[in-house]
Amino acid sequence: MALITYREAIKQALAEEIERDENVVIMGEEVAQYNGAYKVTEGLWDKYGDKRLVDTPISEAAFSGLAIGASALGIRPVVELMFMSFSYVAIDQLFNNASFCRYMSGGLMNVPIVVRGPANGGTNVGATHSHTPENMVANHPGLKVVCPSNAYDAKGLMKTAIRDNDPVFVMENTLLYGEKWEVPEEEYTIDLGVANVLKEGSDVTIVSHGRCAMISLSAAKILKEKHGIDAEVVDLRSIRPLDEETILNSVKKTNRAVLVEENKPFCGVDAQISHMIQYKAFDYLDAPIHRVSAVDAPQIYAKDLENWQIPNEERIIESVLKCVS
Amino acid sequence: MATKKKTAKTAKKTTKKAKTFLQAPINKKLSAEEKIELYRTIVGIRRFEERSLRAYNQGKIGGFLHLYIGQEAVATGVVSLMEENDHIITAYRDHGHALAVGMSMNECMAEMYGKHTGCSKGKGGSMHFFAPDKNYWGGHGIVAGQTPLGAGLAYALKYKGVKGCAVCFLGDGAVNQGAFMETLNLVSLWDIPVVFVIENNGYSMGTSLKRSSAEENLAHRADGFDMAWEVCDGHDVFEVREVADRAMTRAREEHKPFLLEIRTYRYRGHSVADANHEKYRTKEEIEDYKKNKDPINVLKQQLIKEGTLDEDLVKQIDKEKKEEADAAAQFADESPVAPREEIQTDVYWEVDNDTEGKLKGTYFFNDV
Ligand SMILES: Cc1ncc(C[n+]2csc(CCOP(=O)(O)OP(=O)(O)O)c2C)c(N)n1
Repeated sequence: MALITYREAIKQALAEEIERDENVVIMGEEVAQYNGAYKVTEGLWDKYGDKRLVDTPISEAAFSGLAIGASALGIRPVVELMFMSFSYVAIDQLFNNASFCRYMSGGLMNVPIVVRGPANGGTNVGATHSHTPENMVANHPGLKVVCPSNAYDAKGLMKTAIRDNDPVFVMENTLLYGEKWEVPEEEYTIDLGVANVLKEGSDVTIVSHGRCAMISLSAAKILKEKHGIDAEVVDLRSIRPLDEETILNSVKKTNRAVLVEENKPFCGVDAQISHMIQYKAFDYLDAPIHRVSAVDAPQIYAKDLENWQIPNEERIIESVLKCVS
Repeated sequence: MATKKKTAKTAKKTTKKAKTFLQAPINKKLSAEEKIELYRTIVGIRRFEERSLRAYNQGKIGGFLHLYIGQEAVATGVVSLMEENDHIITAYRDHGHALAVGMSMNECMAEMYGKHTGCSKGKGGSMHFFAPDKNYWGGHGIVAGQTPLGAGLAYALKYKGVKGCAVCFLGDGAVNQGAFMETLNLVSLWDIPVVFVIENNGYSMGTSLKRSSAEENLAHRADGFDMAWEVCDGHDVFEVREVADRAMTRAREEHKPFLLEIRTYRYRGHSVADANHEKYRTKEEIEDYKKNKDPINVLKQQLIKEGTLDEDLVKQIDKEKKEEADAAAQFADESPVAPREEIQTDVYWEVDNDTEGKLKGTYFFNDV
């Protein structure tokens, strides 16, 4: 096992897939010569050259659409969006074409592309650079969404996403890029739709994904130490497909659920999960389901306020205490 | 095959290097006071940005900081031509335009500090300065996202029968966005009085113009939309004024759009975080511009030569602007942050504006 950063893990996944499959092409703004705006692709252009690492103009709609077209003829493009916020410029290509082509063609056309890039707030860059659109993407049948919370998952999920024959959005997090986790040297992949129980517990289930899963984990530790509450933490890993079984099994055991995400609450991912739990495990619930999400407003620029706008340990603990009381 | 005849609608031209643009009629009209004011503005932008860079390095400013240093003559020149009913809008490299329209250093600096006293109450940050009372509509973070909005400002002017134009600034990287291309078609088709000013600094982040645009003469894109265009250099305020005046006058008088490509340069990286900007361009290239085309220097030399400025006044203005920038940093530092409840204000107009007058909600023509 090696201790590597989330950024390095993603880079390894990309490099290994470039080596493994000659059709894998990384495409996006500044991914090649500049080494990536967040240095995720650092060194790859030097090694693999212009054919595999392609710098694009600032034309999200054009290169996303081009990737979809190319994928129909066997290319496996990995499209980097500098921020997932910029997927909105390419929304027609991604939401009308990537998601629906397979269905509309009765299965005759498939779209094996990966759309990846950071999707997070908390970096003090204002509303247009801070979207966490996993709920919006997941709302489109035909699209898959994964949200790795650590380096191990990032590498395994990225490799699976690239090999997947459907469009997969990989939502990364700039605040995780520099953090380190243990990652095995040997090859591995992680299936989509399999959640990960980060910590076992008996009093309450905390369901989360992405960086919020890590915050939930540290909140769980504080809950145990300070309040004697034993929380189970479920990291979804992928939003769609969604691992309902792992969530339900956990809630059936603890009888309580607190859902944590960085999305805005209205029509958020947690709204979906909350419905699923009450519908399928109503009799097991001893308390209403609680949700912790970003405060319902466009992302604020001011640092102090933004740090509070997205979920933190303090807000998660507060909700868990309400839920178990 | 039938060849399409050029229509009279198009009036393109590449500005010839005149001996001195100071002698152009629009510039001759300027009084000594007005010329010194131009100098004050251009120096003010530079000193403000240098101060903000220091604050950024001290960790007082977060997020992104896109400095305009090197390009000051463009905003200064164009904004100096604005008449009462003209409006402007720009992208995320917005400090220069903001100060040129007369926003105070205090409100701008405080915005970058994320303080409640900032122009956007700390909600927008460096990329999102706004001052509708000065006909300044921002500060926009999505590349080319502001271009249809610029068309909209001009559309409203024409709709309301107001004689004015909208000036929309964009970068050379922004021309490759679909939204911009679609907008060019609309404004030409509908005769909308908007002037698009491409501030061509040669780079979009780390990608040179050569590597991002198939046709490097960006203004030529107007041809495909039967729209007028011109190209000029952007380091001499007087040259910028001479050309932009033609475009803006045409827009105001004839309700015609115009595409203006102004060739300029940025000294700094794309943002402060872009520390490797000497990897995608040479040190010599940067030094050459600084030495031979620095907009402050060019203006200073011209004004000293004609006797409008002297070294004493130059020093005095510099001192004045440095002090103003320092004071702004102190003001920002000492300003309060917004309370938590404020995260959820300014989302919906109705929630924050309870009187009937305010509910109508328009700064634009003050017709509340
Ligand atoms: C839609 C979109 N894509 C990408 C970005 C990231 N980005 C911000 S500025 C920039 C370069 C733009 O260059 P240019 O238009 O030439 O303006 P300049 O920075 O030179 O002022 C990029 C790629 C963005 N903000 N919006």
